[in-house]
Amino acid sequence: MSRQLFTFNGGVHPEGHKAESNATPIRPMPLLPRYVVPLRQHIGAPARPLVQAGDAVLGGQMIGAPEGYVSTAAHAPTSGRVVAVAPHAVPHPSGLFDLCVVIEADGEDRSIDFQPLDWRKLDPSALRNRIREMGLAGLGGAVFPSYIKLNPSGQTLHTLILNGAECEPWITCDDRLMRERAAEIVLGIEVMAHTLGVKTILIGIEDNKPEALAAMGAAAPSGMEVVAVPTGYPGGGGKQLTYTLTGVETPTGGRSTDAGIQVFNVGTAYSLYRAVYLGEPLLSRVVTVTGHVANPGNFEARIGTPMTDLLAAAGGALDGADGEIVGGPMMGFDLMDQAAPVTKSVNCLIVKDPVRFPPRPTTLPCIRCGACARACPADLQPFEMYWFSRAKDFGKAQSYNLFDCIECGCCAYVCPSHIPLVDFFRFAKSEIWEREQEKHGADQARQRHEFKEFRLEREKREKAEKFARAAEKNKEAAATTTTDATADPDAEKKKAILQAALDRAKKAKEAVTPRNTDNLPPRVEKEIAEIEARRAQAEAKTESGEG
Amino acid sequence: MISAILVMAGIGLALGAILGWASVRYRVEDDPLVEKIDAILPQTQCGQCGFPGCKPYAEAIAKGEADINKCPPGGADGVKRLAELLGVEAKPLGEGLEPKPKAIAVIDENTCIGCTLCVQACPVDAIIGAAKQMHTIIADQCTGCELCLPPCPVDCISMEVVKEDVANWKWRYPVHMMKREA
Amino acid sequence: MNGSPFALLANNSVTAVMFKVMAALIPGIIAHAWFFGPGIWVSLLLCTVFAIGVEALILLMRGLPLKPFLSDGSVLVTAWLLALSLPTLAPWWLYAVGIIFAVLVAKQFYGGLGQNLFNPAMVGYAALIISFPVYMTQWPAPVGLADHSPTLLEAFDLVFAGQGSISPDAFTSATVLDTWKTQVKLGKPVEDILAQPMFGWGGGKGQEFVALMYLLGGLLMLSSRLITWHVPVAFLAGLAITAGGLHLLEPARHAGVLFHLLSGGAMLGAFFIATDPVTAASTPLGKLIYAGLAGFLTAIIRGFGGYPDGVAFAVLIANVCVPFIDAYTQPRVFGHRKAGK
Ligand code: SF4
Ligand code: SF4
Ligand code: SF4
Ligand code: SF4
Repeated sequence: MSRQLFTFNGGVHPEGHKAESNATPIRPMPLLPRYVVPLRQHIGAPARPLVQAGDAVLGGQMIGAPEGYVSTAAHAPTSGRVVAVAPHAVPHPSGLFDLCVVIEADGEDRSIDFQPLDWRKLDPSALRNRIREMGLAGLGGAVFPSYIKLNPSGQTLHTLILNGAECEPWITCDDRLMRERAAEIVLGIEVMAHTLGVKTILIGIEDNKPEALAAMGAAAPSGMEVVAVPTGYPGGGGKQLTYTLTGVETPTGGRSTDAGIQVFNVGTAYSLYRAVYLGEPLLSRVVTVTGHVANPGNFEARIGTPMTDLLAAAGGALDGADGEIVGGPMMGFDLMDQAAPVTKSVNCLIVKDPVRFPPRPTTLPCIRCGACARACPADLQPFEMYWFSRAKDFGKAQSYNLFDCIECGCCAYVCPSHIPLVDFFRFAKSEIWEREQEKHGADQARQRHEFKEFRLEREKREKAEKFARAAEKNKEAAATTTTDATADPDAEKKKAILQAALDRAKKAKEAVTPRNTDNLPPRVEKEIAEIEARRAQAEAKTESGEG
Repeated sequence: MISAILVMAGIGLALGAILGWASVRYRVEDDPLVEKIDAILPQTQCGQCGFPGCKPYAEAIAKGEADINKCPPGGADGVKRLAELLGVEAKPLGEGLEPKPKAIAVIDENTCIGCTLCVQACPVDAIIGAAKQMHTIIADQCTGCELCLPPCPVDCISMEVVKEDVANWKWRYPVHMMKREA
Repeated sequence: MNGSPFALLANNSVTAVMFKVMAALIPGIIAHAWFFGPGIWVSLLLCTVFAIGVEALILLMRGLPLKPFLSDGSVLVTAWLLALSLPTLAPWWLYAVGIIFAVLVAKQFYGGLGQNLFNPAMVGYAALIISFPVYMTQWPAPVGLADHSPTLLEAFDLVFAGQGSISPDAFTSATVLDTWKTQVKLGKPVEDILAQPMFGWGGGKGQEFVALMYLLGGLLMLSSRLITWHVPVAFLAGLAITAGGLHLLEPARHAGVLFHLLSGGAMLGAFFIATDPVTAASTPLGKLIYAGLAGFLTAIIRGFGGYPDGVAFAVLIANVCVPFIDAYTQPRVFGHRKAGK
């Protein structure tokens, strides 16, 4: 354990509040009557629903299929009946509804047969495909589909970092998991290392978790190094932990894999263990419930567990509770609706009380004190970005490297003027994204418009050419047949017009289908194909009706 | 006195030369003005500006024949950006022009008779289908220009406002609490 | 909607920052009162009252809430810094005019807290020294050197009733910087100048201790991380190097390094004035350049300019350069390529 560690700039040391929830073992949850499984739990395209209201499902059955490359599957948490595939409250800062599969449990909790995978024999891409179907996604918060991260895709990776730092205050789910299930985590790590072909395996754990350090140290075979990293926020940020352990800075706009390093959360390693050794898809995760509740602690909650039930399992909120935070206090967001379910990304639910979570004091103007810049782990100048984000001068904000901001909240945490800096950065980022998308859409529209004009032009030209050619031919014919001067120019003209009309009709017949479907992206092609299929069906119906 | 004037003039000349050199040296290869204007226009191609599409409008602006506030889909923001580009005052949208929430056209597949009139009207080929077959709009490519509505003989096309969902949701402008409550 | 982080905010606020700055000023103020008599209490009081009054009036006019803005304490720091830069026992309206320039013109005209380009206290000082140079050069002599040192009551009397009852000549003198300048011009040998009773072992008699107390307060601020080392170190280094160079070149005209560091507003400027976050550069390298420039200019103005002290003008000029300095000294962002690699 005498590894040289690197210290990143900035960071803060908020009160840990870990003791509230890390003293008791992970508790199982009773089987609930109802689960709500969102189809968009990960970064990327939402899963495509495979079930309809009324369908019977078994635990572990895939109910949402991955759609596109960056996507992963969703599964039924227990056996029962689908009561709806409809928009439902989800844990999202907007409070908007999203498509969910609502399942009524039948109480029998039957499952499909889980097939363990022989990962040493399995071809890596087959293994990844299985993992995709098992719905694995990063459990650390970013919920990036795991199978993509397990694909070195041409890059040579040399180091695998397991993130057990858990730097956010209040959250202890990884801590408990490492204490109690170190051996299983280690098995999962082995699978990761195997698929990625890495030589060095580092498990970074903050030194405020001595029990977890000891447990992991005891479980780790030679070749895996458990490293105690100094406690400090955001020491568990992917980029920060990578730097602390290796001194490698993740290049801006890139990923750590560009430097040959892959980072996974320990929770993900655990679910990989379950997927491979037990053949079980991602059906549950450990969630910390803490703050102003009767019985804070960690719970093994099935994906889809409504927050109300989760709260109840922790003994319910105490008097004076004042809303909940999903995630940690530094990067989490307000829970808008308690009906929202636990998803793969929900690692913590904190019940607020006015004492420990007082409302933000009045915002004062920025005094350019630079405290935010000193606290920023990305070495940014938050007050400059704030200034331009506030003025909606997004270009300028971007020139101060807005997109290198990891939204860790350190700046807002230290700001003496209590400016909600991160809110401004999120605002500016989503505005810029939207603009870029609009720009992209406009560019496409322009191209398509120009193409259409070109097509019309071409058709017109072709028509004109045909007309001219036909006229020429007629003339020639006329010239050869009637060489004497009795030729009637009028008749000739009439003939030509007639011929042209015939031509036109012929051409129209030829081109009954004016295809405008050239150069379409495959996704749209697919959409068209679906539409055509629907149409064929409808046609068959109408035809049979007519006939 | 004379020497002072000479010195000042000399400094002026030197600075001028530097500036001139810099402007030559660092000149950005620019798109022609029309392209730049066209890049700001939303490419809805709806013709509400009174021109048969965004490009003609851009050309008219470049020639100084059209005002910059005629494009409702671009909204106030678009006018502002045009004003910045052209170095003129921004102004409100022209009389009677109002931006509408972004919408896309939807064809009622059960009513459509497959006349292809809308296909011809759509400026961006967002409608697919062939004669005597029902037509469908590709949501991604529809710009919401509404040009396909009038030609439809059976009025089966309607505009649906794009709803905010989890995917396209944006963080709001943070609330400030600095002003005194009235 | 309120995003993260949720208000377990660090125990930090503008108010706390400002009051800590004021606390760090206290040793210097006590030393000042000890060596120059109780007049400083009167000017502090006056400046504080005027500043709060002006600020409140403007906040009301701008429709901003009084409580958070008045209690942020920034106006008090401005008032104290101005009071400490002005001669004591001057007529009351001098303080009033200074405050009006500092708070109204330099701060609120620019949009209030955080928006001002120039250090408010220094704008007030500069405005006064241009408009009322006579009053600005009459400083009370150190206690014991003057024929008479006014008591607190007399001090009030002097400030409000004018200087009728006691002749100002009885207790005022020029500052050491001023004396040095005028007498060097007259061709007096340096030894003779320094031998005068108003000169102490380092700077002006008494003043040197006040400066040391400011240094102490500054170190306190450093240790509590209210300020970073960059500005004071660069300021003092800029001043010392420039003054030292001049002294080496022309010892008969330019005083030594220690004298420069311990007299006039050097220490106050280095730790309390140039460090004002609003008007200082914000990047580490920028701070060094900005404060080094201010220190350099202070020495130059003291050496060649017509005004008794150079800190105010030096800081104001450096303030002008801040946006430019900041723009060119942006630090490398995490994950961006290291320069020169
Ligand atoms: S911490 Fe707050 S007040 Fe200080 S510079 Fe940053 S944004 Fe401004
Ligand atoms: S939220 Fe962004 S700007 Fe603020 S400290 Fe974190 S990385 Fe820096
Ligand atoms: S009004 Fe319509 S056609 Fe005209 S510029 Fe705007 S989007 Fe283009
Ligand atoms: S489908 Fe209709 S509304 Fe959409 S772009 Fe085409 S013509 Fe315009």
